[in-house]
Amino acid sequence: MSNNKDNWKIWEIFIRSKNGISHKHVGSLHAPDAEIAIKNARDVYTRRSEGISIWVVPSDQITASKPDEKEQLFAPADDKVYRHPTFYHIPDEIGHM
Amino acid sequence: MSKEEMLDMEARFERYVAAENKVEPKDWMPEKYRKTLIRQISQHAHSEVVGMLPEANWITRAPSLRRKVALLAKVQDEAGHGLYLYSAAETMGADRQDLIEDLLSGKAKYSSIFNYPTPTWADIGAIGWLVDGAAIANQVMLCRTSYGPYARAMVRICKEESFHQRQGYEIMMALAAGTPAQKKMAQDALNRWWWPSLMMFGPTDENSPNSALSMKWRIKRKSNDELRQEFIDKTVPQAEFIGLTVPDPDLKWNEERGHYDFGEIDWQEFYDVIAGNGKCNKQRLHARNVAHDNGRWVREAANAYAEKQAKRRKEESSAA
Ligand SMILES: [Fe+2]
Ligand SMILES: [Fe+2]
Repeated sequence: MSNNKDNWKIWEIFIRSKNGISHKHVGSLHAPDAEIAIKNARDVYTRRSEGISIWVVPSDQITASKPDEKEQLFAPADDKVYRHPTFYHIPDEIGHM
Repeated sequence: MSKEEMLDMEARFERYVAAENKVEPKDWMPEKYRKTLIRQISQHAHSEVVGMLPEANWITRAPSLRRKVALLAKVQDEAGHGLYLYSAAETMGADRQDLIEDLLSGKAKYSSIFNYPTPTWADIGAIGWLVDGAAIANQVMLCRTSYGPYARAMVRICKEESFHQRQGYEIMMALAAGTPAQKKMAQDALNRWWWPSLMMFGPTDENSPNSALSMKWRIKRKSNDELRQEFIDKTVPQAEFIGLTVPDPDLKWNEERGHYDFGEIDWQEFYDVIAGNGKCNKQRLHARNVAHDNGRWVREAANAYAEKQAKRRKEESSAA
């Protein structure tokens, strides 16, 4: 795993604000290991009760889709209107469906 | 990439940000956009970090426990702001260590406002009210900046900032309603911080040649003069409300413009402080270096602990 010049890894931080809600990416920080990353994340990202659970993931362990593959990956979904409820005509008398 | 292709990419980029789309780290961006932002974001980060120094000076001498916990929390927030911003710069490929070394060596710039001294408790009030107030005006605008990670850092920062300004104004309010000596102290702080706060927005629009490009790329959303005027219009009534006088004899409400007219800013002072000749430039840089050196054992201890834990985990898993 590659380190930065200060010899610490970059960690991506995910916080769950309360049970029932997914963890959400909030930012990143430097730390020598996962345990200290969690401690730092507590200090940096939850000073005002923003969370009840923290995930830390080394930045370089995330594999991301490439921006120039955007077309190829996502365009096929663009012309499939029949995947949306509004594509189907239901009489008003039926009410909400 | 040929020159023509490059121009085409740049034109597409401009149309893209002009349509209010956000740029994310891995997206193509003009090299100058990247450079401009790394410089701006890191200077902003340095300002948050150096900004802790004039206030830290007063933590142990805060006049009550209530004021002390508030000031501690504020200064701690500023450290966090520095960190959010260094992180945003890192998403553009900068290494935080390089940025910090540029600050420590004096090569990098930070906001000149922090080169002014804080001789009295009222200065802590004036900083929260005016300096954080001016920073907020700028930062609220930057919540809509075109670079995604910078904009998101700003949203977090703005949420935390409003308490900073309120605690500062509360300090000023208390002093202004206190004994004549306390009121005098508040007025004196306002006198010293007013003009430097106005300078925080940077040179006038006609003397700010890089602004046009930043506006075109949607990095900046409002001009220096616009932001300055906004700040003045908001702040003057706040001063009047607590019976303090803004130290500008030319300050006058202009009914026609719907804004306050104000006096000439001493730009020579601004450029002098940037050039390193402010009252506290050397002191701040020195204090920052001492703090960095004094923190070394903590960083080393964290490394040693992480190594020990990793070794222990390895032993446990091989024993199992
Ligand atoms: Fe801040
Ligand atoms: Fe602040």
